[in-house]
Formats: sequence, structure tokens, C-alpha cells
Amino acid sequence: MAAPGKTDVDLEALRAVSMIQEPTPLGDWLVVMPVLIPFVAGALLIMLRQRIGWHVQVAAAAFLLLVLSNIALIARVADQGVVVMTMGRWLAPFGIAFSVDMVSALFALAASIVGLVATLYAEEDVPLGERRYGFFAFLLLLVGGVSGAFMTGDIFNLYVWFEVLLISSFGLIIYGGEKIQLDGAVKYAVLNLIATTLFLTATGLLYGLTGTLNFADLARVMPELQQGAPLAAIGALFLLAFGMKAAGFPVNFWLPASYHTPKLVVSAVFAGLLTKVGIYALFRVTSLVFPTPPDVFRFTLIAVAIATMLIGVFGALAQNNVRRLLGFLVVSGIGMMLVGVALATEEALMGAVFYALHSIIVMTALYFAVGVIERTAGTNQLTALGGLYRHQPFFAAIFLILSFAVAGLPPFSGFWPKVVLVKASLAVEENVLTAAILVTGFLTTLAMGRVWALTFWRPADAVSGVSPPAAEDGLRPMLVIPVGVLTALVVIVGLFPETVFALAETGAKGLIDPSDYVNATLAPYDALASDTPATAPPTVEPPTAGPLTFDQPEAGSLDGAQTE
Amino acid sequence: MEPALAVTVGCFFALSIYLMLSDSTIRIVLGIAILGNAVNLLIFTAGRLTREVPPIVPSGYSAPFEATANPLPQALILTAIVISFSLFAFILVLVYRAYQELGTDSSQEMRLAEPVDEPGAPRGY
Repeated sequence: MAAPGKTDVDLEALRAVSMIQEPTPLGDWLVVMPVLIPFVAGALLIMLRQRIGWHVQVAAAAFLLLVLSNIALIARVADQGVVVMTMGRWLAPFGIAFSVDMVSALFALAASIVGLVATLYAEEDVPLGERRYGFFAFLLLLVGGVSGAFMTGDIFNLYVWFEVLLISSFGLIIYGGEKIQLDGAVKYAVLNLIATTLFLTATGLLYGLTGTLNFADLARVMPELQQGAPLAAIGALFLLAFGMKAAGFPVNFWLPASYHTPKLVVSAVFAGLLTKVGIYALFRVTSLVFPTPPDVFRFTLIAVAIATMLIGVFGALAQNNVRRLLGFLVVSGIGMMLVGVALATEEALMGAVFYALHSIIVMTALYFAVGVIERTAGTNQLTALGGLYRHQPFFAAIFLILSFAVAGLPPFSGFWPKVVLVKASLAVEENVLTAAILVTGFLTTLAMGRVWALTFWRPADAVSGVSPPAAEDGLRPMLVIPVGVLTALVVIVGLFPETVFALAETGAKGLIDPSDYVNATLAPYDALASDTPATAPPTVEPPTAGPLTFDQPEAGSLDGAQTE
Repeated sequence: MEPALAVTVGCFFALSIYLMLSDSTIRIVLGIAILGNAVNLLIFTAGRLTREVPPIVPSGYSAPFEATANPLPQALILTAIVISFSLFAFILVLVYRAYQELGTDSSQEMRLAEPVDEPGAPRGY
């Protein structure tokens, strides 16, 4: 027995059972890059606030680096499966892990592409004089927060990333401080804050029930728990919280109320990225925490998906303001992704992942394109637009491509995921759902077709009481290049969808059978647990109780590290 | 101890939902503040309450002698308190600025972003 005050514990031996000993392989450092690069660059920009002229270059360089790093990350995940890194090298269920599977990596790549094109667009959209409040720093931190949410393997950490991206998005949505922005920001901020708090509530209850917060550990513990009222309540809370984040039907009204108010480039980034974080969280939680939900959840999700896509597109049909119209189309697209969450078959999830990637790119591009229209015509009201084809025939073609893509017409990127989703819903004989997907596609074609016809095709003199377009101001290179890049992506993915299909299929497989994700995250821990006798530290037996216990249902995999 | 705290948490939630359903933005903000505290208390309770046994391993041992207080919920709550406080500060200023600019604190009358009399989409050329 040790004398008080004297430490005779072998610290090295203790480290051997609590920390990962091997150095992290160099390639695995790619896992932290999606967070590290934007945060370092963002911090740099805050320090460089006296040198506003450098901001756009630093941000563009950081985003370019991020895109390259994310492509490398996808290659690594495709090559080696799930890549894991833990904070401070603590063993996974105790330390916070970043676990990256194909879905995370794909979403992170899409986010970084949006960040890059938004930086280019903002070069024109946010003039030099308006940059001193740190527009690009906010943008970088937002993308950093979004990437963190995609990378993390810990549910409380996911909450923290939600808050990181939320506070950056608050900064962006009121950037400029117009009256209308304050109005939109109040609704956006209040409802998103409530959603995140609900998410935290569900997380707290889940922790109380399972005693763990690590996704992989949860995936092991959850099947051992009794299905019952507490689990159903927690599931419902998660569904409500993420549904609110993603703007699913009964809780979607904050989105069309706020997304048209900020600067255009901010609208575009929000429409592309933020709702998809909610969808990603739904993918993750349904895959790992609630793999076998009760039937009522499936029914609810299908109903919510149908309602979301139809309400969204009906809202779009009724709008006169093109930006608000696009806000409703974002909601409608969320309904499509919810189909994947609802059906939870491999095919449906593949379609949903593909659709989410497509939607990130195409919604950002459409907002950018509407920005060009606003600058050229000086308005975004359909009643007042007209005659732009004469000025910008080439741009009219680009806008038509994007309209077809968002409606899901071939040969553009929206077509393939929709085909897969229709097939998946037919395969499980959810015929109402199939009909809803097809009707939504048709109505979206109507809504976007009307925008194109009125804005570009209608002769300018048919618009009464409106002055002709002020200038060719809209076709500035820095505005058109981002639209062009994204449209090129839409066309290329539409013509050669095989790569994206293969990657989305890998992602969907990982969501259906998360054993790779779980085993990769907990591998160092499992290795230690299996050969505990060999590596157990020479500990002194405490006089009373042995292992550390809490007065709670012990998580199955929590014991083992503190063996005697 | 847990039942009493659970009831308290329930009261906090009820109060915050009541306030958030109100028309006045300042009441909504107060509701959010109470909601944040309700969740903190909920996590604290969900982590089980053990009084006065700090989770400290005595020197010379590799595990504590008896069941100790669970330190993890307190770490979670500390994080959540910091975050909810900072967001509350932001949203308070936001609501005040909106009140100054829009001249109302009624969420019903904040219609600048979604005007009531907005024309519908044109039905033809």
C-alpha cells in the first residue's frame, strides 16, 4: 500500500492503457485539415484587419488549399476506408474522435467548393469598403464550422460545431445591417437557436440513457437498450431539432422568411450549405444511433418528406420575388433528401447523398445567377423583369441549364439522383412518395421555366412601367466565373455521373452498415481491451471498490479500460 | 434529489415554451435564455447526482475507491453555458436593434422581409 503523497504509479503504463501510442499516419492528418485550414486562415484575417486588401487573396488561397485537401481526403477514404483521428490521442470512446467516412468527405468537399466560389463572387458582391467587419473571416469560420460538423464522431462535439457555424452565420446574415436583414435575422436566429437547444436536450437525455457520447460507441450500446418511451422521445427530439435545421415541413418557415434578406453571396452560401448540415446530422444519427426506428418514425418521415417537397414547390410557384422563390426551392429539395432518411435503404440513401451534393452546387449557382440578374435589371420581381435574353444570350443559356438541373431534367446533375430516388421508392412500394417526387419535379420545371420565360424570353417592352435594363453591370467576370464553374460542374456530373455514383454508393453502404465506421473509430480501444492482461498497468488494488462506476446503466463498452 | 430536479427542469421548459409562444420579441428572448438553463439542468440531472465525492484518484491508485460524482456532465454544461450565454448576448442585441430599426417589438408586425401586400407571381406575359 502506498504512503499518502507518494506516487508509485507507473505513468507510462497508465498512458499505455488510456492513450494511442503509435504516431498518427501522415495521411490521417487530412482529417483535421477541413477544420484547421479555415480556422487558421480566419484567425489570420482577423489579425490582418488593417490590411483589408489582402483578405480576398488569403481567403481564396485557403479555400483552394481546402478543396485540394478534401479531394485528397476522399482519395484516402476511398483507399483505406474510414479515417479516424482522436483529440489529444485519448482512446476513442473517452477522447473526442474525428471519424470520416465517404459521406463526410463528400459533403466536406462540396462545402469547400462553395466556399471557394463564394470568395470569388464576394470579390465583386462585397466591395472593399464593406469588408472591414471581416466578411471573409466570417465566411472561413462558417465553412470551418460546417466541415467540423461533417467530420466529428462525437454527438456533443456535433452540437458544438452547430453552434460554431451558427454564430458565424449570424455574423453573415446581418452583414451590412439593412432593416430587412434585421427582420430576417431575428427569425433566423431565434428559430435556429431553439433548434440547436432542442438538439442539446436530446443529447443530454441520450447521455443519461447510454452513458456515452461517441457515435461509434453509441452504435454498439443502442441495440442493447430496450425500445421504449425514452428512446422514442429522444428520437422524436432529434428528428424535430434536425428537421428544424434542415427546414423540413412543419418547421420550415424560418427559411423563406430570412434567406432572401442578406447579401446575395451570403444567401447563396446559406442555401447551399446550412440546411444540408441538418440533413447530414439526420443521416448520421439515423444510421448510428437509431438504426431500427419504430414504424411510426418511418411513416412520419415519409409524410414529412412528401409535405416538404410539395409545400416547398407550391411556395415557389406563388412567389414574385425570385430570391424568395429560390428559398422555397431549397425547402423542396430538402424533401427529396428526406426520402433517403425515411426509406433508409441503400439505394434511397445513395440517391439522397447524391441529391444533397447536387443541391449544394446547384442552389448556390442559382442564387449567384439571380445576383447577376438583379444587377443587370435592378430588380428581382418577376412582374418587372424582362428582355434579358437580348443583352445576355449566353447567360440565358446558363440559367436555363441551372433551371433544368434543379428541376431534375436530363442530362444535368439533378436527373440521376431523382431517378435513383424514384427507383428506391418504387422498390419498397411507397407509391404516393413516388408520385410526390415526380409531381414535385414537374412543378419545379414550371416554376423555374416561368422564371426563365419571364426574365429572359419576355420582350422588355411587354413589361409595363419599367425602365429597360440599366447597364451591362451584371456580367462582371467575378460574378460570371463562379456561376460558370458551378454550371460546368452541374453539366459534367450530369454527363458523367459514374464517379459520383460510385462515391455516393460507398457512402450509402457506410450508412446502411456502419460497422466499418464503428470498428475504425474504436479500433485502438478494442485492441487494448483484447490484450488487457499483457498491457495492464501494475496497479495497486484499492481497498474498497475496484472499477470506476457511476450510478447509471453502464454502457456496454465502457468497462474494460479500468480492469484490475 | 433527481425527481425534484426533474420537476424543476419540467417547470423551466414549460415556462420557456410559454414565453417563446408570445408575440413580443423580448419575451421570446427571455424564453430562450430560460430554455438554455433548463437544458443545462437537464444534462446535470441526466448525468446522475452524487454529492461531495470528487472524482479524484487517490495517490498511488489507478481507480477511485467508491462511486464518485460524474465529471463529464459538468464539462458538457460548462461548454453549453458559455455557448448559450454568448448566443443570448448576440440575440439580445439583435432584437434590440430590430426594435430600434423596425419600431416594433411585435413579431406579428415584423413584416418587412415578407410584406403582407406583396403581389403574387404573374400569371402570363
